[in-house]
Order: sequence, then structure tokens, then C-alpha cells
Amino acid sequence: MTESLRSPLGRVRGLGSARSGTTHWWRQRLTALALLPLIIWFVIGLVSHVGADHAAVVAWIAAPLNAALLVLLLTAGFWHVQLGGRVIIEDYIHGEGLKIFSVVALNFATIAVGLACVLAVLKLALRTV
Amino acid sequence: MAGVQRPLSPHLQVYRPQISSVLSITHRITGASLGFGTLLLAWWLISAATGAEAFAQAQGVLGSIPGRLVLFGFTWALFYHLCNGIRHLGWDAGLGFEIPVMERTGIAVIIFSIVLTIAAWAVGCTLAGGVA
Repeated sequence: MTESLRSPLGRVRGLGSARSGTTHWWRQRLTALALLPLIIWFVIGLVSHVGADHAAVVAWIAAPLNAALLVLLLTAGFWHVQLGGRVIIEDYIHGEGLKIFSVVALNFATIAVGLACVLAVLKLALRTV
Repeated sequence: MAGVQRPLSPHLQVYRPQISSVLSITHRITGASLGFGTLLLAWWLISAATGAEAFAQAQGVLGSIPGRLVLFGFTWALFYHLCNGIRHLGWDAGLGFEIPVMERTGIAVIIFSIVLTIAAWAVGCTLAGGVA
């Protein structure tokens, strides 16, 4: 084995040059795992409400268990979009300035749209009937 | 650099499309599409939280023929990304790397994504009482 230029401490920490190790990769897998059952539940919920009126849809969203599952779905979902979108940007956008701008724009957009979705669910879930 | 035509290493377009490469790029395309599709989800949720009138307007657009086409496309993209995502998680666990297995699971992903999409729309249309 050739002598490594990495220090023993760096090898033990295993964080690599970006200082984040496998954190991004691992979070993408964990959000994917969380989304599996949540997406199946959500699609069943949507399909069973095709053609339903406003009151029925609102009642479904606002039911405590459904609202909790929706908030979980939105959190895991928008996080997953942010993680996956970042990989796509870093793979295909090579200009340093545009790359950083795109990643920041993606972060802002996923947080803003995700938060707006969660607030919409909470507004319906917490309203006093 | 400028003006000098140096030989380049073979790039994507010189290779024959294969199950592995086509499904991989489709996973990215569906993922990115679904990312943009969250805007529709946001619009739908916010209109539901705004009131009956806003909700009826959103439902009207989403329920129109172009709206349904877009939703049908997103349904398939979602099921494809879901099925192929399971395939990816299998690989992460060290399962299914053999080329014949990889090709079989790839074809299974294509079939399942189409079957699930048609099933979801068939059930939805039946519950809604017909396509109209």
C-alpha cells in the first residue's frame, strides 16, 4: 500500500474534502425510505377523493392523523427534492457562479414552497369549527 | 484551450441505449419533474386552505383535459420514481447488482409504474362516477 496523503485523523473522521462525509447521501436515502409509505398513503387518499367537493377534501386534510401524515410527507418530500435537485445541479451546471446561485435558489424555493404547504395544512387542521 | 480541437473521450451519445442507462436518466428526469410538480401540490393545498371558491377554481383547471393529461403524466412519474427508488434502495443494500437481475428489475419497474398509473386512474374515475 502506498503512503496516503490523508492524515490518520482525517481518515478516522471520514468526512472527505467537502467536510460532510456521507451525510447528504444518507439523508437522501432516509427521506426516500420515509416517503415510500407516505406517498402510497397519499396517493390512496387522493384517488379516493377524486371528484370530492371542498368540504370533503378539507375534512380529510384536517383530520388529526391525516394532517400529521401530510406534514411528515411535505417535510420528507421537500427535503428529498432539495437533496436530489442539488445533485442534479452539481452534475450539470459547471460554472461556479451559476452553480452556487442555482443551489441557493433551490434551497430557498424548497423551504418557501414546503413551508407554504405545511401552513396550508396547519390552517385547516387547527381551525375552530 | 481556445481554438484547439482536442480529441474527447467517448461521451454518452456513442453508447447504445440500455436498460441501465435509460432507466437511470429517466429516474433523474422524473425526479426533477416531480420537484417542479410540487408547485401544483402547493397550489392545490393553498387553494383548499383559502376557501371553496379558490378550491373550485384549482379543481377546474386540474380537472380540465390538459390538466388531467399533466396529472396523468405526474402520476406515472411518481410511480416510476417510487418503483425505481425501491430498486436504488436495494442496490444501496447490496442487492440485485448482477446484470441479468438488474435488467429484470428494470423491466419490472417499467411494467409496475404503468400498471399502477392505470390502476390509480381507473379507480379514481370509477369512484368519481365515470370519466366526465
